[in-house]
Amino acid sequence: MSTLNELTIAKALDGLKNKEFSASELTQACIDAMAQAKHLNAFITETPDLALEQAKASDERRASGQASALDGIPLAIKDLYCTDGVQTTAGSAILKGYTPTYESTVTQNLKDAGVVMLGKANTDEFAMGTTTETSHYGATINPWKAEGDDTDLIPGGSSGGSAAAVAARIALGATGTDTGGSIRQPAAMCGITGIKPTYGRCSRWGIVSYASSFDQAGPMAKTVDDCALLLNEMAGHDAKDSTSANIDVPDFTQGLNGDVKGMKIGIPKEYQVDNMPGGISKLWEQGAKWLKEQGAEIVDISLPTTEHALATYYILVPAEASSNLARYDGVRYGPRVEDENLNEMYAKTRSEGFGVEVKRRIMVGTYTLSAGYYDAYYRKAQRVRRLILEDFNNAFEKCDAILTPPTPSAAFPLGSHQNDPVTMYLNDIFTVPINLAGLPAMSVPATLNSKGLPLGLQIIGKQWDESSVLRVGQAIEKAANFSAQPQSVNKKAA
Amino acid sequence: MDIKTVERVATLSRLKMTREEAEKIAPQLSDILSWVEMLSNVDTDNVEPLANVVDIPLKLRKDEVNDGAIADKVLANAPEETGGFYVVPKIVEQDG
Repeated sequence: MSTLNELTIAKALDGLKNKEFSASELTQACIDAMAQAKHLNAFITETPDLALEQAKASDERRASGQASALDGIPLAIKDLYCTDGVQTTAGSAILKGYTPTYESTVTQNLKDAGVVMLGKANTDEFAMGTTTETSHYGATINPWKAEGDDTDLIPGGSSGGSAAAVAARIALGATGTDTGGSIRQPAAMCGITGIKPTYGRCSRWGIVSYASSFDQAGPMAKTVDDCALLLNEMAGHDAKDSTSANIDVPDFTQGLNGDVKGMKIGIPKEYQVDNMPGGISKLWEQGAKWLKEQGAEIVDISLPTTEHALATYYILVPAEASSNLARYDGVRYGPRVEDENLNEMYAKTRSEGFGVEVKRRIMVGTYTLSAGYYDAYYRKAQRVRRLILEDFNNAFEKCDAILTPPTPSAAFPLGSHQNDPVTMYLNDIFTVPINLAGLPAMSVPATLNSKGLPLGLQIIGKQWDESSVLRVGQAIEKAANFSAQPQSVNKKAA
Repeated sequence: MDIKTVERVATLSRLKMTREEAEKIAPQLSDILSWVEMLSNVDTDNVEPLANVVDIPLKLRKDEVNDGAIADKVLANAPEETGGFYVVPKIVEQDG
């Protein structure tokens, strides 16, 4: 029998309901796994004592018949979510020691549903990265290794700590955030499942802002079903976020029957890029075949503006970031570098507090927003953004969901791309267009490549149609029957 | 992007940059900017800029106090505070 920390959320909830084990026992199993996997550096702040306290309270609620939907489920919370009384750093030195006096709406929703928080998961600094290497608190290591090769691999990013914690069976699920792929890409690289909902589905209130017209919270877990259970609690209108949508949240677990009969699945030809590893093309074809065998109709679609998506993204996002990060000035929070002159104090504090990638993006954003360049860069990119959205709208007249790879490669060794920003940005090619259009999309683990590393498939849906995304995701999950686990987890089980 | 531009943008960004750092970041910023330059080839005549990606009208609420009296919470993380205020270096110069 597997240990408790290896259970899915759905199975753990059954076990808790049937009194097979307590939330305290479940949480202790996760804390033990966390202690054994310290070398992964999945967490910036571990909160085992708080977790046990919350688990005990959960057991008491359950004993008195007052258990909520996710009562007693241990989660990792990305360190971008403000958590009342627990340090929140956004992976940056400039927020070292920052202890919020309030709770983000999404984590409050999860708390209200009874979850247990194991700790704050590592992230690229201000979520700016795709490898979790830009974190001031050190890189997270992917629990997976290539066969016969002990080289440490990146877990993807920016929600790399969350993905590693779920893959290593430390947490049953995790929260992530996704600005340009930061849930889906690490999920794919760590062999787990993650969904970025429609922009506006989850409140951004209390989540450290990166690029406000892109950022969206979402769940990461081992199965599609678990993602639906988490999203049910995370989603919903919030008066404190003017961009959160005041529309009904369906029960995402309803209709999760994996039935894709009659659904039309679009395959965009523009996502067939040069130099894509053979394993990824093959898996993509296999994914389409799996859906066809289950009764879906495969249709060719075109998203002609795809080739401009990355450039559009890397204008708009740094611009929004440079504006959002203006607030870190050593006055209201974070360490200050003293100077008698106010402007010098700002500059010294920011120069010491921000890492290289963050400075790069602030500089790019400041430049493109500065006088004389605004129309040429920012306005231009906003116009192209509309074309990208229209591409998707046109495509969705022909199909119900779109199938693509989530990443152009499997996990790669630490330190591969650090001095070449543009090459690193190209990793985001399959995920970024979705954020530009505000669409829901998920990554589902589907196979191992020739080196034994996980690869996923991405399902993209219409705005507000997470239900179809989850349904197609579950059909892929069923056909792929992905049951591989990182070697470290297997070793422990043996 | 030349060193002078890098230094100007650093000042606008409230970032201090040594000559060495500026020289290192300049070609990287140039690479990024010349790469995003590709958008100038996209025909966007008669295309409106898109700011809100989902079609939700921004909500308005009454302009009234609905929160407050939490100065201690607001100031809890300040590097320096006194008497309910943030403390910053002196900015108003005195004559004389």
